[in-house]
Amino acid sequence: MTAVLPSRPVVDRPVGGRLIDQFEYGLDAPICLTWELTYACNLACAHCLSSSGRRDPNELSTAEAEAVIDELQRMQVFYVNVGGGEPTVRPDFWHLLDYAIGHDVGVKFSTNGIKLDKTRAAQLARTGYVDVQISLDGATAEVNDRVRGVGSYATAIRALENLAEAGMKDFKVSVVVTRENAGQLDAFKELTDSFGAQLRITRLRPSGRGADVWDELHPTMAQQKDLYNWLLANGDGVLTGDSFFHLSAFGEALPGLNLCGAGRVVCLIDPVGDVYACPFAIHENFLAGNVRSEGGFQRVWQQSELFADLRNPQTGGACTKCAHFDACRGGCMAAKFFTGLPLDGPDPECVQGYGESALAARDLELVTPRSHIDHSHSGPVRGQPTLLGIPSIPSKICDESPLAGLDLR
Amino acid sequence: MTAAVTPVEPPAEVVFDPARPWQRARSVALRPEPFGALVYHFGNRKLSFLKSKTLVAVVEALADHPSASATLAACGVTDAQHPAYVKALADLARSQMIEPRETP
Repeated sequence: MTAVLPSRPVVDRPVGGRLIDQFEYGLDAPICLTWELTYACNLACAHCLSSSGRRDPNELSTAEAEAVIDELQRMQVFYVNVGGGEPTVRPDFWHLLDYAIGHDVGVKFSTNGIKLDKTRAAQLARTGYVDVQISLDGATAEVNDRVRGVGSYATAIRALENLAEAGMKDFKVSVVVTRENAGQLDAFKELTDSFGAQLRITRLRPSGRGADVWDELHPTMAQQKDLYNWLLANGDGVLTGDSFFHLSAFGEALPGLNLCGAGRVVCLIDPVGDVYACPFAIHENFLAGNVRSEGGFQRVWQQSELFADLRNPQTGGACTKCAHFDACRGGCMAAKFFTGLPLDGPDPECVQGYGESALAARDLELVTPRSHIDHSHSGPVRGQPTLLGIPSIPSKICDESPLAGLDLR
Repeated sequence: MTAAVTPVEPPAEVVFDPARPWQRARSVALRPEPFGALVYHFGNRKLSFLKSKTLVAVVEALADHPSASATLAACGVTDAQHPAYVKALADLARSQMIEPRETP
Protein backbone atom coordinates (compact mmCIF):
# COMPACT_ATOMS: atom_id res chain seq x y z
CA MET A 1 0.00 0.00 0.00
CA THR A 2 2.73 2.42 0.86
CA ALA A 3 4.04 1.94 -2.66
CA VAL A 4 1.38 4.20 -4.13
CA LEU A 5 2.29 7.10 -1.94
CA PRO A 6 5.50 9.00 -2.47
CA SER A 7 7.46 8.50 0.72
CA ARG A 8 6.86 11.23 3.22
CA PRO A 9 9.02 11.73 6.26
CA VAL A 10 7.14 11.33 9.52
CA VAL A 11 6.94 14.73 11.15
CA ASP A 12 5.54 15.59 14.57
CA ARG A 13 2.35 17.61 14.66
CA PRO A 14 3.03 21.30 15.24
CA VAL A 15 1.59 22.99 18.32
CA GLY A 16 -0.71 25.92 17.54
CA GLY A 17 -0.65 27.56 14.14
CA ARG A 18 -3.26 27.41 11.40
CA LEU A 19 -6.08 24.88 11.46
CA ILE A 20 -5.27 23.72 7.94
CA ASP A 21 -1.82 22.69 9.16
CA GLN A 22 -3.45 20.75 11.99
CA PHE A 23 -5.86 19.05 9.58
CA GLU A 24 -2.91 17.89 7.51
CA TYR A 25 -1.94 15.67 10.45
CA GLY A 26 -5.42 14.20 10.72
CA LEU A 27 -8.13 14.21 13.36
CA ASP A 28 -9.17 11.61 15.94
CA ALA A 29 -12.40 11.10 14.00
CA PRO A 30 -13.47 12.31 10.58
CA ILE A 31 -15.40 15.55 10.11
CA CYS A 32 -16.74 14.62 6.74
CA LEU A 33 -17.55 10.94 6.53
CA THR A 34 -19.27 9.61 3.44
CA TRP A 35 -21.18 6.38 3.85
CA GLU A 36 -22.50 4.68 0.77
CA LEU A 37 -25.28 2.38 1.87
CA THR A 38 -25.72 0.37 -1.29
CA TYR A 39 -24.26 -0.11 -4.74
CA ALA A 40 -27.79 -0.59 -6.07
CA CYS A 41 -29.13 2.23 -8.21
CA ASN A 42 -32.07 2.71 -10.53
CA LEU A 43 -29.94 4.94 -12.72
CA ALA A 44 -26.72 4.32 -14.65
CA CYS A 45 -25.14 7.79 -14.72
CA ALA A 46 -22.28 7.96 -17.18
CA HIS A 47 -19.95 9.54 -14.59
CA CYS A 48 -20.89 7.54 -11.48
CA LEU A 49 -17.95 7.83 -9.07
CA SER A 50 -18.66 4.43 -7.50
CA SER A 51 -19.61 2.48 -10.65
CA SER A 52 -22.94 1.70 -9.01
CA GLY A 53 -25.86 -0.24 -10.42
CA ARG A 54 -26.26 -3.66 -8.85
CA ARG A 55 -26.51 -4.38 -5.14
CA ASP A 56 -23.55 -6.24 -3.67
CA PRO A 57 -24.69 -9.41 -1.86
CA ASN A 58 -22.15 -8.68 0.87
CA GLU A 59 -23.57 -5.28 1.84
CA LEU A 60 -23.84 -4.45 5.55
CA SER A 61 -26.99 -5.82 7.18
CA THR A 62 -29.33 -3.59 9.14
CA ALA A 63 -27.76 -4.75 12.41
CA GLU A 64 -24.25 -4.13 11.09
CA ALA A 65 -25.23 -0.67 9.89
CA GLU A 66 -26.71 0.09 13.31
CA ALA A 67 -23.45 -1.00 14.91
CA VAL A 68 -21.55 1.43 12.67
CA ILE A 69 -23.90 4.22 13.76
CA ASP A 70 -23.34 3.31 17.43
CA GLU A 71 -19.63 3.56 16.81
CA LEU A 72 -19.91 6.90 15.04
CA GLN A 73 -21.88 8.20 18.02
CA ARG A 74 -19.14 7.04 20.40
CA MET A 75 -16.51 8.72 18.22
CA GLN A 76 -18.63 11.89 18.11
CA VAL A 77 -18.95 11.95 14.36
CA PHE A 78 -21.77 14.46 14.39
CA TYR A 79 -23.07 13.86 10.90
CA VAL A 80 -22.53 11.63 7.90
CA ASN A 81 -23.02 12.12 4.19
CA VAL A 82 -25.04 9.17 3.02
CA GLY A 83 -25.01 8.16 -0.61
CA GLY A 84 -24.75 5.14 -2.86
CA GLY A 85 -25.79 3.87 -5.29
CA GLU A 86 -29.21 5.21 -4.55
CA PRO A 87 -29.46 4.96 -0.76
CA THR A 88 -33.25 5.18 -0.65
CA VAL A 89 -33.69 1.89 -2.53
CA ARG A 90 -32.39 0.06 0.55
CA PRO A 91 -35.55 -1.21 2.24
CA ASP A 92 -34.16 -0.25 5.68
CA PHE A 93 -33.06 3.24 4.58
CA TRP A 94 -35.78 5.09 6.52
CA HIS A 95 -35.15 2.98 9.59
CA LEU A 96 -31.40 3.68 9.47
CA LEU A 97 -32.11 7.38 8.99
CA ASP A 98 -34.19 7.46 12.17
CA TYR A 99 -31.68 5.28 13.99
CA ALA A 100 -28.81 7.62 13.15
CA ILE A 101 -30.72 10.74 14.13
CA GLY A 102 -31.75 9.09 17.38
CA HIS A 103 -28.07 8.47 18.10
CA ASP A 104 -26.90 12.05 17.53
CA VAL A 105 -25.52 11.26 14.09
CA GLY A 106 -27.07 13.71 11.67
CA VAL A 107 -27.67 12.57 8.12
CA LYS A 108 -27.16 14.41 4.87
CA PHE A 109 -28.19 12.14 2.09
CA SER A 110 -27.84 12.36 -1.66
CA THR A 111 -30.55 10.94 -3.84
CA ASN A 112 -31.78 11.09 -7.40
CA GLY A 113 -35.24 11.62 -5.92
CA ILE A 114 -36.79 8.34 -7.03
CA LYS A 115 -38.43 7.62 -3.65
CA LEU A 116 -39.26 11.17 -2.59
CA ASP A 117 -43.01 11.17 -3.10
CA LYS A 118 -45.28 13.53 -1.16
CA THR A 119 -45.48 11.20 1.83
CA ARG A 120 -41.70 10.83 2.19
CA ALA A 121 -41.20 14.56 1.59
CA ALA A 122 -43.63 15.34 4.42
CA GLN A 123 -41.84 12.82 6.66
CA LEU A 124 -38.47 14.48 5.95
CA ALA A 125 -39.88 17.93 6.56
CA ARG A 126 -40.95 16.77 10.02
CA THR A 127 -37.56 15.26 10.85
CA GLY A 128 -34.92 17.46 12.43
CA TYR A 129 -31.26 16.93 11.78
CA VAL A 130 -31.61 15.59 8.26
CA ASP A 131 -30.41 17.20 5.04
CA VAL A 132 -31.43 16.13 1.56
CA GLN A 133 -29.46 16.65 -1.61
CA ILE A 134 -31.10 16.03 -4.95
CA SER A 135 -28.60 15.29 -7.70
CA LEU A 136 -29.04 17.19 -10.93
CA ASP A 137 -26.33 17.54 -13.55
CA GLY A 138 -28.09 19.85 -15.97
CA ALA A 139 -30.33 22.87 -15.48
CA THR A 140 -32.35 21.54 -18.41
CA ALA A 141 -33.58 18.02 -19.09
CA GLU A 142 -31.54 17.91 -22.29
CA VAL A 143 -28.20 18.49 -20.55
CA ASN A 144 -29.03 16.46 -17.44
CA ASP A 145 -30.51 13.39 -19.10
CA ARG A 146 -27.59 12.93 -21.46
CA VAL A 147 -25.42 12.12 -18.45
CA ARG A 148 -27.88 10.83 -15.85
CA GLY A 149 -30.37 9.11 -18.10
CA VAL A 150 -33.68 9.86 -19.79
CA GLY A 151 -36.36 10.82 -17.29
CA SER A 152 -33.93 11.56 -14.45
CA TYR A 153 -34.48 15.33 -14.73
CA ALA A 154 -38.23 14.91 -14.36
CA THR A 155 -37.71 12.62 -11.34
CA ALA A 156 -35.44 15.16 -9.64
CA ILE A 157 -37.78 18.08 -10.31
CA ARG A 158 -40.73 16.12 -8.94
CA ALA A 159 -38.76 15.40 -5.75
CA LEU A 160 -37.82 19.08 -5.43
CA GLU A 161 -41.46 20.07 -5.86
CA ASN A 162 -42.55 17.59 -3.22
CA LEU A 163 -39.95 18.81 -0.74
CA ALA A 164 -40.83 22.45 -1.32
CA GLU A 165 -44.54 21.72 -1.01
CA ALA A 166 -43.97 19.82 2.25
CA GLY A 167 -42.24 22.88 3.69
CA MET A 168 -38.81 21.21 3.92
CA LYS A 169 -36.13 23.75 4.79
CA ASP A 170 -32.60 24.02 3.43
CA PHE A 171 -32.65 21.10 1.05
CA LYS A 172 -29.98 21.10 -1.61
CA VAL A 173 -29.63 20.71 -5.35
CA SER A 174 -26.33 18.96 -5.93
CA VAL A 175 -24.55 19.49 -9.23
CA VAL A 176 -21.37 17.95 -10.61
CA VAL A 177 -19.85 20.60 -12.84
CA THR A 178 -19.12 19.29 -16.35
CA ARG A 179 -18.13 20.76 -19.69
CA GLU A 180 -21.79 20.51 -20.71
CA ASN A 181 -23.35 22.29 -17.71
CA ALA A 182 -20.57 24.72 -16.74
CA GLY A 183 -22.40 27.45 -18.67
CA GLN A 184 -25.57 26.86 -16.64
CA LEU A 185 -24.40 27.99 -13.20
CA ASP A 186 -26.73 30.99 -13.12
CA ALA A 187 -29.58 28.83 -14.39
CA PHE A 188 -28.89 26.28 -11.63
CA LYS A 189 -28.96 29.09 -9.07
CA GLU A 190 -32.29 30.36 -10.39
CA LEU A 191 -33.78 26.89 -10.47
CA THR A 192 -32.60 26.21 -6.94
CA ASP A 193 -33.87 29.54 -5.64
CA SER A 194 -37.27 28.87 -7.19
CA PHE A 195 -37.65 25.89 -4.82
CA GLY A 196 -36.27 27.78 -1.83
CA ALA A 197 -33.40 25.31 -1.91
CA GLN A 198 -29.64 25.75 -1.71
CA LEU A 199 -27.22 25.07 -4.56
CA ARG A 200 -24.28 22.75 -4.05
CA ILE A 201 -21.76 22.28 -6.83
CA THR A 202 -18.88 19.83 -6.81
CA ARG A 203 -16.03 18.75 -8.99
CA LEU A 204 -16.15 15.92 -11.54
CA ARG A 205 -13.53 13.30 -10.72
CA PRO A 206 -12.20 10.57 -13.01
CA SER A 207 -13.37 7.97 -10.48
CA GLY A 208 -15.53 4.91 -11.17
CA ARG A 209 -17.27 5.28 -14.53
CA GLY A 210 -16.22 8.92 -14.35
CA ALA A 211 -12.88 7.72 -15.74
CA ASP A 212 -14.60 6.70 -18.99
CA VAL A 213 -16.06 10.13 -19.65
CA TRP A 214 -13.63 12.42 -17.87
CA ASP A 215 -11.73 13.41 -21.02
CA GLU A 216 -14.86 14.71 -22.68
CA LEU A 217 -16.73 15.98 -19.63
CA HIS A 218 -14.20 17.72 -17.40
CA PRO A 219 -14.45 21.51 -17.70
CA THR A 220 -12.09 23.26 -20.08
CA MET A 221 -9.46 25.65 -18.73
CA ALA A 222 -11.62 28.62 -19.80
CA GLN A 223 -14.59 27.10 -17.97
CA GLN A 224 -12.46 26.57 -14.87
CA LYS A 225 -11.54 30.25 -14.91
CA ASP A 226 -15.21 31.26 -15.28
CA LEU A 227 -16.15 28.87 -12.48
CA TYR A 228 -13.50 30.36 -10.22
CA ASN A 229 -14.77 33.89 -10.87
CA TRP A 230 -18.35 32.71 -10.37
CA LEU A 231 -17.42 31.13 -7.04
CA LEU A 232 -15.67 34.29 -5.89
CA ALA A 233 -18.81 36.28 -6.76
CA ASN A 234 -21.40 33.78 -5.48
CA GLY A 235 -19.39 31.63 -3.07
CA ASP A 236 -21.18 32.70 0.09
CA GLY A 237 -24.53 31.42 -1.09
CA VAL A 238 -23.28 28.24 -2.73
CA LEU A 239 -21.96 25.05 -1.14
CA THR A 240 -19.01 23.28 -2.75
CA GLY A 241 -17.95 20.58 -0.30
CA ASP A 242 -14.64 22.43 -0.58
CA SER A 243 -14.11 20.39 -3.73
CA PHE A 244 -12.70 23.14 -5.96
CA PHE A 245 -9.66 23.97 -3.90
CA HIS A 246 -7.41 23.35 -6.91
CA LEU A 247 -8.92 26.56 -8.37
CA SER A 248 -7.38 28.58 -5.54
CA ALA A 249 -4.14 28.56 -7.55
CA PHE A 250 -5.79 31.12 -9.86
CA GLY A 251 -5.04 33.65 -7.13
CA GLU A 252 -7.38 34.29 -4.25
CA ALA A 253 -8.13 31.35 -1.93
CA LEU A 254 -11.70 30.06 -2.12
CA PRO A 255 -13.69 29.86 1.10
CA GLY A 256 -13.37 26.55 2.96
CA LEU A 257 -10.68 23.97 3.44
CA ASN A 258 -8.13 24.21 0.65
CA LEU A 259 -6.52 20.85 1.29
CA CYS A 260 -6.95 17.22 0.28
CA GLY A 261 -8.77 15.82 3.29
CA ALA A 262 -8.38 12.14 2.29
CA GLY A 263 -7.70 10.02 5.36
CA ARG A 264 -7.16 13.21 7.36
CA VAL A 265 -10.63 14.66 7.88
CA VAL A 266 -12.50 12.70 5.21
CA CYS A 267 -13.10 9.05 4.38
CA LEU A 268 -15.58 6.67 2.81
CA ILE A 269 -17.35 3.63 4.20
CA ASP A 270 -18.60 1.66 1.21
CA PRO A 271 -21.68 -0.61 1.16
CA VAL A 272 -19.68 -3.72 2.14
CA GLY A 273 -17.99 -1.87 5.02
CA ASP A 274 -14.67 -1.21 3.31
CA VAL A 275 -13.06 2.05 4.42
CA TYR A 276 -11.36 4.11 1.72
CA ALA A 277 -9.42 7.35 2.08
CA CYS A 278 -12.07 9.30 0.20
CA PRO A 279 -15.28 8.75 -1.75
CA PHE A 280 -13.42 9.31 -5.00
CA ALA A 281 -10.76 6.72 -4.25
CA ILE A 282 -12.53 3.37 -4.43
CA HIS A 283 -9.42 1.40 -5.34
CA GLU A 284 -7.44 -1.18 -3.41
CA ASN A 285 -4.52 1.24 -3.09
CA PHE A 286 -6.65 3.50 -0.92
CA LEU A 287 -8.37 0.78 1.07
CA ALA A 288 -7.56 1.19 4.76
CA GLY A 289 -9.63 -1.65 6.26
CA ASN A 290 -13.16 -2.83 6.93
CA VAL A 291 -15.63 -1.89 9.65
CA ARG A 292 -16.39 -5.59 10.18
CA SER A 293 -12.84 -6.31 11.32
CA GLU A 294 -11.88 -6.31 14.98
CA GLY A 295 -11.74 -2.81 16.41
CA GLY A 296 -14.26 -1.66 13.84
CA PHE A 297 -14.21 1.68 12.11
CA GLN A 298 -12.40 3.39 14.94
CA ARG A 299 -9.37 1.15 14.63
CA VAL A 300 -9.27 1.63 10.87
CA TRP A 301 -9.49 5.41 11.18
CA GLN A 302 -6.98 5.72 13.99
CA GLN A 303 -4.52 2.94 13.27
CA SER A 304 -4.42 2.03 9.59
CA GLU A 305 -1.01 2.30 8.00
CA LEU A 306 -2.43 3.97 4.92
CA PHE A 307 -4.10 6.76 6.87
CA ALA A 308 -0.99 7.28 8.99
CA ASP A 309 0.90 7.69 5.75
CA LEU A 310 -1.60 10.22 4.39
CA ARG A 311 -1.34 12.27 7.59
CA ASN A 312 2.01 13.71 6.80
CA PRO A 313 2.49 16.91 4.86
CA GLN A 314 3.78 16.51 1.34
CA THR A 315 7.34 17.76 1.27
CA GLY A 316 8.65 16.46 -2.07
CA GLY A 317 7.58 16.40 -5.68
CA ALA A 318 7.30 18.98 -8.42
CA CYS A 319 4.40 20.86 -6.85
CA THR A 320 6.17 21.81 -3.63
CA LYS A 321 8.43 24.07 -5.67
CA CYS A 322 5.49 25.89 -7.27
CA ALA A 323 4.62 29.40 -6.06
CA HIS A 324 0.97 28.35 -5.77
CA PHE A 325 1.55 25.21 -3.68
CA ASP A 326 0.25 26.82 -0.51
CA ALA A 327 -2.98 27.71 -2.34
CA CYS A 328 -3.85 24.33 -3.90
CA ARG A 329 -1.58 21.86 -2.05
CA GLY A 330 -1.18 19.86 -5.24
CA GLY A 331 -4.90 19.32 -5.80
CA CYS A 332 -6.93 16.12 -5.74
CA MET A 333 -5.21 12.80 -5.05
CA ALA A 334 -7.94 10.76 -6.73
CA ALA A 335 -7.90 12.92 -9.87
CA LYS A 336 -4.17 12.37 -10.22
CA PHE A 337 -4.31 8.66 -9.48
CA PHE A 338 -7.06 7.76 -11.94
CA THR A 339 -5.49 9.79 -14.74
CA GLY A 340 -2.19 7.99 -14.20
CA LEU A 341 -0.33 11.01 -12.83
CA PRO A 342 2.13 10.81 -9.94
CA LEU A 343 0.57 11.67 -6.58
CA ASP A 344 3.21 14.23 -5.71
CA GLY A 345 2.86 15.99 -9.07
CA PRO A 346 0.23 18.39 -10.41
CA ASP A 347 -3.52 17.80 -10.50
CA PRO A 348 -4.68 16.95 -14.07
CA GLU A 349 -6.75 20.14 -13.96
CA CYS A 350 -3.97 22.29 -12.47
CA VAL A 351 -5.00 25.82 -13.32
CA GLN A 352 -1.40 26.85 -13.89
CA GLY A 353 -1.33 24.44 -16.84
CA TYR A 354 1.09 21.93 -15.32
CA GLY A 355 -1.60 19.24 -15.38
CA GLU A 356 -2.09 19.48 -19.12
CA SER A 357 1.63 19.13 -19.72
CA ALA A 358 1.79 16.21 -17.31
CA LEU A 359 -1.11 14.49 -19.09
CA ALA A 360 0.54 15.08 -22.46
CA ALA A 361 3.83 13.68 -21.18
CA ARG A 362 2.25 10.39 -20.06
CA ASP A 363 3.63 7.28 -21.64
CA LEU A 364 1.45 6.29 -24.61
CA GLU A 365 1.49 2.75 -23.30
CA LEU A 366 0.27 3.86 -19.90
CA VAL A 367 -2.74 2.00 -18.66
CA THR A 368 -4.48 4.20 -16.11
CA PRO A 369 -5.36 2.44 -12.85
CA ARG A 370 -8.87 1.06 -12.69
CA SER A 371 -10.82 -0.07 -9.68
CA HIS A 372 -11.72 -3.73 -9.58
CA ILE A 373 -14.89 -2.70 -7.76
CA ASP A 374 -17.58 -2.37 -10.41
CA HIS A 375 -21.28 -2.84 -9.80
CA SER A 376 -22.43 -1.33 -13.09
CA HIS A 377 -25.62 -2.76 -14.55
CA SER A 378 -24.58 -5.50 -16.93
CA GLY A 379 -27.48 -5.13 -19.33
CA PRO A 380 -29.36 -2.17 -20.77
CA VAL A 381 -31.04 0.15 -18.26
CA ARG A 382 -34.31 1.91 -18.89
CA GLY A 383 -33.59 5.48 -19.89
CA GLN A 384 -29.84 4.98 -19.86
CA PRO A 385 -27.66 8.02 -20.56
CA THR A 386 -27.30 8.87 -24.23
CA LEU A 387 -23.86 10.41 -23.73
CA LEU A 388 -22.06 7.27 -24.78
CA GLY A 389 -24.41 6.57 -27.63
CA ILE A 390 -26.40 3.42 -28.16
CA PRO A 391 -24.31 0.25 -28.34
CA SER A 392 -24.23 -1.19 -31.84
CA ILE A 393 -22.47 -3.96 -33.67
CA PRO A 394 -19.09 -2.57 -34.76
CA SER A 395 -18.85 -2.28 -38.52
CA LYS A 396 -15.37 -0.79 -38.55
CA ILE A 397 -12.48 -1.46 -36.26
CA CYS A 398 -12.50 2.09 -34.94
CA ASP A 399 -16.09 1.62 -33.79
CA GLU A 400 -14.65 -0.55 -31.03
CA SER A 401 -13.48 2.65 -29.41
CA PRO A 402 -15.88 3.77 -26.72
CA LEU A 403 -15.65 7.26 -28.18
CA ALA A 404 -16.58 6.25 -31.70
CA GLY A 405 -19.71 7.91 -33.00
CA LEU A 406 -19.81 10.23 -30.05
CA ASP A 407 -21.35 13.63 -30.51
CA LEU A 408 -18.66 15.86 -29.06
CA ARG A 409 -20.57 19.10 -29.86
CA MET B 1 -28.37 15.45 24.53
CA THR B 2 -31.01 14.99 21.90
CA ALA B 3 -30.41 15.57 18.25
CA ALA B 4 -33.98 16.61 17.63
CA VAL B 5 -33.22 20.12 18.81
CA THR B 6 -35.35 22.74 17.16
CA PRO B 7 -33.04 25.04 15.22
CA VAL B 8 -32.34 28.03 17.38
CA GLU B 9 -33.81 31.41 16.60
CA PRO B 10 -31.51 33.95 14.97
CA PRO B 11 -29.30 35.20 17.79
CA ALA B 12 -30.27 38.27 19.65
CA GLU B 13 -27.09 40.33 19.82
CA VAL B 14 -25.06 38.42 22.39
CA VAL B 15 -22.83 40.68 24.39
CA PHE B 16 -20.10 38.79 26.13
CA ASP B 17 -19.57 40.03 29.62
CA PRO B 18 -16.70 38.17 31.29
CA ALA B 19 -17.96 39.22 34.71
CA ARG B 20 -21.10 37.12 34.26
CA PRO B 21 -21.53 33.36 34.64
CA TRP B 22 -21.39 31.35 31.39
CA GLN B 23 -21.56 27.73 30.31
CA ARG B 24 -21.06 25.57 27.28
CA ALA B 25 -24.35 25.82 25.41
CA ARG B 26 -26.64 22.89 26.17
CA SER B 27 -26.91 21.98 22.47
CA VAL B 28 -23.15 21.95 22.03
CA ALA B 29 -20.74 19.03 22.20
CA LEU B 30 -16.96 19.18 22.39
CA ARG B 31 -14.91 16.48 20.67
CA PRO B 32 -11.32 16.33 21.91
CA GLU B 33 -8.67 16.58 19.18
CA PRO B 34 -4.88 16.62 19.37
CA PHE B 35 -4.82 20.40 18.84
CA GLY B 36 -7.77 21.21 21.12
CA ALA B 37 -11.33 20.34 20.25
CA LEU B 38 -13.99 20.36 17.64
CA VAL B 39 -17.17 22.17 18.74
CA TYR B 40 -20.51 21.18 17.29
CA HIS B 41 -23.85 22.88 17.77
CA PHE B 42 -26.67 20.38 17.29
CA GLY B 43 -29.22 23.17 16.86
CA ASN B 44 -27.71 25.28 14.11
CA ARG B 45 -25.28 22.56 12.91
CA LYS B 46 -22.35 24.90 13.03
CA LEU B 47 -18.90 23.46 13.44
CA SER B 48 -16.10 25.36 15.11
CA PHE B 49 -12.69 24.60 16.54
CA LEU B 50 -10.91 25.35 19.78
CA LYS B 51 -7.27 25.72 18.92
CA SER B 52 -5.77 25.21 22.34
CA LYS B 53 -6.22 22.69 25.11
CA THR B 54 -6.39 25.49 27.67
CA LEU B 55 -9.35 26.99 25.82
CA VAL B 56 -11.02 23.56 25.89
CA ALA B 57 -10.47 23.42 29.64
CA VAL B 58 -11.87 26.93 30.01
CA VAL B 59 -15.04 26.18 28.05
CA GLU B 60 -15.65 23.00 30.03
CA ALA B 61 -15.00 24.74 33.37
CA LEU B 62 -17.19 27.80 32.71
CA ALA B 63 -20.15 26.17 34.45
CA ASP B 64 -18.16 25.62 37.66
CA HIS B 65 -17.20 29.24 38.28
CA PRO B 66 -19.11 32.41 39.15
CA SER B 67 -17.82 34.27 36.09
CA ALA B 68 -15.86 33.79 32.90
CA SER B 69 -13.00 35.82 34.37
CA ALA B 70 -12.88 33.55 37.42
CA THR B 71 -12.79 30.54 35.08
CA LEU B 72 -9.82 31.97 33.20
CA ALA B 73 -7.95 32.53 36.46
CA ALA B 74 -8.77 29.02 37.67
CA CYS B 75 -7.49 27.54 34.41
CA GLY B 76 -4.15 29.30 34.78
CA VAL B 77 -4.63 31.86 31.99
CA THR B 78 -2.10 34.63 32.62
CA ASP B 79 -2.86 38.35 32.53
CA ALA B 80 -0.93 38.61 29.27
CA GLN B 81 -3.09 35.90 27.66
CA HIS B 82 -6.30 37.28 29.16
CA PRO B 83 -7.41 39.54 26.25
CA ALA B 84 -6.91 36.76 23.67
CA TYR B 85 -9.03 34.34 25.71
CA VAL B 86 -11.75 36.93 26.31
CA LYS B 87 -11.87 37.51 22.57
CA ALA B 88 -12.09 33.76 21.89
CA LEU B 89 -14.95 33.42 24.39
CA ALA B 90 -16.73 36.42 22.88
CA ASP B 91 -16.52 34.74 19.46
CA LEU B 92 -17.95 31.56 20.94
CA ALA B 93 -20.75 33.54 22.56
CA ARG B 94 -21.58 35.19 19.26
CA SER B 95 -21.79 31.82 17.52
CA GLN B 96 -23.92 30.48 20.42
CA MET B 97 -21.37 27.86 21.41
CA ILE B 98 -21.43 29.22 24.96
CA GLU B 99 -24.45 30.80 26.64
CA PRO B 100 -25.11 32.93 29.72
CA ARG B 101 -25.86 30.84 32.78
CA GLU B 102 -28.82 31.72 34.93
CA THR B 103 -27.65 31.91 38.51
CA PRO B 104 -29.94 30.01 40.84
